[in-house]
Amino acid sequence: MSNPIVKQIKWISALTVLCWSLQVFSQSTADDIAKYREMIADGNPSELYEMAGEELWKKPAGPKNASLEKCNLGLGPGVVDGAAAQLPRYFKDTNRVQDLESRLMTCMQTLQGISSQSIIDAKFGEGPKKDMDAIVAYVVTHSKGKKVQVSTSHPQEKAMYEMGKQAFYYEAGPFDFSCASCHGSDGKRIRLQDLPNLTTRDGAIAGWGSWPAYRVSSGQFWTMQQRLNDCFRQQRFPFPIYGSDVTIALSMYMAKNANGGIIQTPGLKR
Amino acid sequence: MSDPMRIRATEKDGIVDVKILMKHDMESGQRKDASGKLIPAWFINMLNVKAQGKDVFNAEFGPGVSKDPFLNFKYKGSKGDKLVVNWIDTKGDKRTDEATVS
Amino acid sequence: MKFFLSILLTFAWFASPANAQQKPETPFNRMMKDSFRSQGIAGLDRIAQDATQRFCSNPQFAASPAGIKKAEELQKLNMATIAPPSDGQYLGDWKNGEAIAQSGRGYTWSDSASTPNGGGCYNCHQINQKEIAYGNIGPSLWNYGKNRGYSQELVSYTWNRISNSKAYNACSNMPRFAHFKILDQKQIQDVMALLLDPASPVNQ
Repeated sequence: MSNPIVKQIKWISALTVLCWSLQVFSQSTADDIAKYREMIADGNPSELYEMAGEELWKKPAGPKNASLEKCNLGLGPGVVDGAAAQLPRYFKDTNRVQDLESRLMTCMQTLQGISSQSIIDAKFGEGPKKDMDAIVAYVVTHSKGKKVQVSTSHPQEKAMYEMGKQAFYYEAGPFDFSCASCHGSDGKRIRLQDLPNLTTRDGAIAGWGSWPAYRVSSGQFWTMQQRLNDCFRQQRFPFPIYGSDVTIALSMYMAKNANGGIIQTPGLKR
Repeated sequence: MSDPMRIRATEKDGIVDVKILMKHDMESGQRKDASGKLIPAWFINMLNVKAQGKDVFNAEFGPGVSKDPFLNFKYKGSKGDKLVVNWIDTKGDKRTDEATVS
Repeated sequence: MKFFLSILLTFAWFASPANAQQKPETPFNRMMKDSFRSQGIAGLDRIAQDATQRFCSNPQFAASPAGIKKAEELQKLNMATIAPPSDGQYLGDWKNGEAIAQSGRGYTWSDSASTPNGGGCYNCHQINQKEIAYGNIGPSLWNYGKNRGYSQELVSYTWNRISNSKAYNACSNMPRFAHFKILDQKQIQDVMALLLDPASPVNQ
């Protein structure tokens, strides 16, 4: 064989081996990351929050010196099992659609006499919001492994879903960002962070089903309200009020899109 | 007043697998706060685990151990063993929790 | 009859183009108004939409034949707002450009008004191949100038694109860096150099 052809064959086979090994490398990297995630899932610090939350659920507190054991999260007073999987939902007593955190504020107000405003005003992860983190961890643990089962049969639930969808596509602020800018199609990534497509079932369950979560990089436990808050911050929007209707509407939109998917919360994130 | 640990211990074929989750900020002393000041070091530095009154694990943690540390180790033991875990941190704060091997 | 007429007139008044800027008090608009508060440098005025944002918030309409026509109008509107560099210099210093491309700072409620904004370019684009932490929302810009040549036409196009991407694509995902004063003229000149200076690492 003449020299140039030998050279070409060597070059092509070298390239093939490189491509194949790169593919094997990236596949084995992905496998290793999955293995690592499995390993650390065993020691998810969310469990510490869940333990604290169970105590707070059962401990009498507030001016009324009562526990949260009669709190109705939609399945009856005190029923925690499977409750988070069906939120947000319409509640007759407040005549509105509520997510987990706004509903817990209602319970704290009516059962314990704790003012919602003090919770709304507190900084994330501090004071009354720290207690809220723990109680949320406790409640969502009792829906772990269950399917999202959110209804839009009540007219207010349907309206909330539609407003959530509209909010999802709402472009504003100096960057012209909407939720859809990042979460509106498949395969998008900011830097090295994959973004779930929240308009599809698979993407919605990846997002809705994995928050609240403990973030290893910051050692913080973030509820869904905090995750939404920080999204708006990065979108260069003004501050969404804690438990406000836009946060509930967006939750309704994501949850309904995620219907049938398995809940993984409390999750563990980078 | 420190937060409780989460301890799980299961026995199989004479080996007990112990998993302990501790709640602690574990400040290394190298981090700076928003104003640029160094946050003083504050971390668990001594940890001891006894099973049925006998030492089965001893550790000296340094500033490199992360926040909310997770510990996993094995020892030769049986179901029903009473485990006592205690730690001391650099401020002299202590914490003791118990669990039974299942 | 009078009552019906007044309802009709009210409706017509709201629907008329002169009052298109007036936001009807729909439950949605009320929700957006009531659900936010100002924080730091992020004021409530940010909830108000301009014509481009309003248009792109309705992807179904945007994709329709009427929408496509409207998109062309908006592109022209955006193009008209672009100004060339006041000193006639299109290229600055690519070293600064790289720093600007790397920085995602600015305009959030946790940023101070005095912090220089970054372009956040690596959030969405591959630029210098050496940087592996890049996003894929925008196309790769590796070898930007090398692949396309360094013509004045390309230089002007790139200047316009960074200044106001919606001049070319009404619903582009890219922020309008000059239009909203995210980056100042010197910063844009530096980013331009990162892409179009033959000596920039991006063009090696």
